[in-house]
Amino acid sequence: MSLLEIDDLTKHFFRLSALSQVSLRVERGDLLGVIGPNGSGKTTLFNCVTGVLRPSGGQVRFKGEDITGLSADRVHRRGIARTFQLIQLFPEMTVLENMLLAAQEREGTLLGRLLRREGGAAAGRALELLDYLGIAGLRDQLAANLSYGQQKLLDFGMALMSRPEVILLDEPLAGVNPTMIKSLVGHIQALNAQGHTFVIIEHNMEVVMSLCRRIVVLSQGERIAEGTPVEVADDPLVLDAYFGR
Amino acid sequence: MTGARRSARRLLPLGVLSLLALVPLTFEQYKLYVASLTLVYLVMAIGLNLTLGYAGQISLAHGAFMAFGSYAVAILGQRGAPFELGVGLGAALGFAWGLLVGFPALKVKHHFLAMVTLGFNIIVFLVLRNWEWLTGGSFGISGIARPAWGAISFQSDRAYYLYMLAWAAIVVASAYWILTSRWGRAFRAIRENEMRAEALGVSLRNYKLMAFAIGAAYAGVGGALFAPLLGYIDPGAYTLDRSIQFLMMVVMGGLGRFEGPFIGAILVTVLPEVLRASEGLYLVIYALAVMLMMLFMPRGLVGVWDWVLARLGPAPAARAPLAPPPDAARLG
Repeated sequence: MSLLEIDDLTKHFFRLSALSQVSLRVERGDLLGVIGPNGSGKTTLFNCVTGVLRPSGGQVRFKGEDITGLSADRVHRRGIARTFQLIQLFPEMTVLENMLLAAQEREGTLLGRLLRREGGAAAGRALELLDYLGIAGLRDQLAANLSYGQQKLLDFGMALMSRPEVILLDEPLAGVNPTMIKSLVGHIQALNAQGHTFVIIEHNMEVVMSLCRRIVVLSQGERIAEGTPVEVADDPLVLDAYFGR
Repeated sequence: MTGARRSARRLLPLGVLSLLALVPLTFEQYKLYVASLTLVYLVMAIGLNLTLGYAGQISLAHGAFMAFGSYAVAILGQRGAPFELGVGLGAALGFAWGLLVGFPALKVKHHFLAMVTLGFNIIVFLVLRNWEWLTGGSFGISGIARPAWGAISFQSDRAYYLYMLAWAAIVVASAYWILTSRWGRAFRAIRENEMRAEALGVSLRNYKLMAFAIGAAYAGVGGALFAPLLGYIDPGAYTLDRSIQFLMMVVMGGLGRFEGPFIGAILVTVLPEVLRASEGLYLVIYALAVMLMMLFMPRGLVGVWDWVLARLGPAPAARAPLAPPPDAARLG
């Protein structure tokens, strides 16, 4: 049984088919890349898996359980975290609060979150992660005051905060300067080596090819190829999708 | 943030409350009444600030939630029940109806939500006016008793003022607890970025409903305290105007700031009294003041307080956990 199993996932927007019968498997410890031209359905795939969108058909199973159509908060509490293509933070909350919020809902009960004070462990983990990402000094800054790159790092940190079992990264490197790309790629590799599972949508081919062991290619909502970076790069269907015939 | 600045901010509400506690000892009857009314408004504004200021869910139904408390106290009082039972029932009714009115908030936002809650306020007003055998219709209910514990009676204005103060303290303390808990953080997260909050496991349904229900429960308490103040209530006290007045309090005080309701409640009760000397011009000046404030202080009067504090100490721009102020303009 794979960690995350996606079968024939389909999403129509009215008569436009954004995703048609896409299937893929994510194993524990995977570092899977999802690539494809603009509009090929990559983000729609993430949205359908994480409950942001309700799929029109198909099935998503996580650890063997059917999670198709669950709301986004439930999907997160099961252990699937994600980042967004356009950074989504809580601008008027501090960096530390952003991090703490990212983890607070995964354990305990609703009432417990009101009646019991938050232990120091959560803040400890948040600071540890912020320190690891190199933005611990900004802990009391409002998220709105961070630079774009710092916001990307915080976004990434928030995805890690709740100890998810799989992390979906939607273009984590877009718009980030080369130095920070290097550092983010380093973080992803190191965390993957520790056993974290990642699925990454990324346009930076150079990075995807070197970072991911396995790549899935989408085009016009369909899965057209899957394999190692070398296999995918030589696939005529992929070349067609990107460059046209 | 420096320690001095943080403690100054923490101490403001406490300082205001203790100052208010001294008012009945020195003031004559009418001013004491105004001070008592301020306490009612404080409780109401704390409720609405939780719903609107923190969780970002607009409610124009707080006048109606207030009515639940007032009528609970009045009707139970007629049947000889202890006053506290009325307060409890008022809070419970507020909570339950807040929960129900909160359901539309799961579907609609901003001005649409304002319309839904506004409609609820009007319905409650009509029910109060027409359910005559229970509510006394347009004539209302008079002779509402003030609380008494055996030999100890809170009959006098001063004693009742102190009684209200105790309830206000409970409301302030419990609101402080809620807003500094993980619930408070989830409320603000929903206000700031609903989609991201949900993607981080925050149940929009649970927290939005709770934000509505708790805010409405506080309104029930406020309404319960209000009823015996004059000893007379009628449906006219719980119209949409009242809800808009509460809205003005929290917006002028400072949305999403713990100090906001204190400032707003005092302002809305004291300002008209001060302006009364100007006779007919009072409403014009009042309206003008509100408009100018919205133009130049969109974050409410609490912004002035921040400015003063910033002048006093060389503190950086960081804020306390309770501090993030949203723009008033962002809330439709």
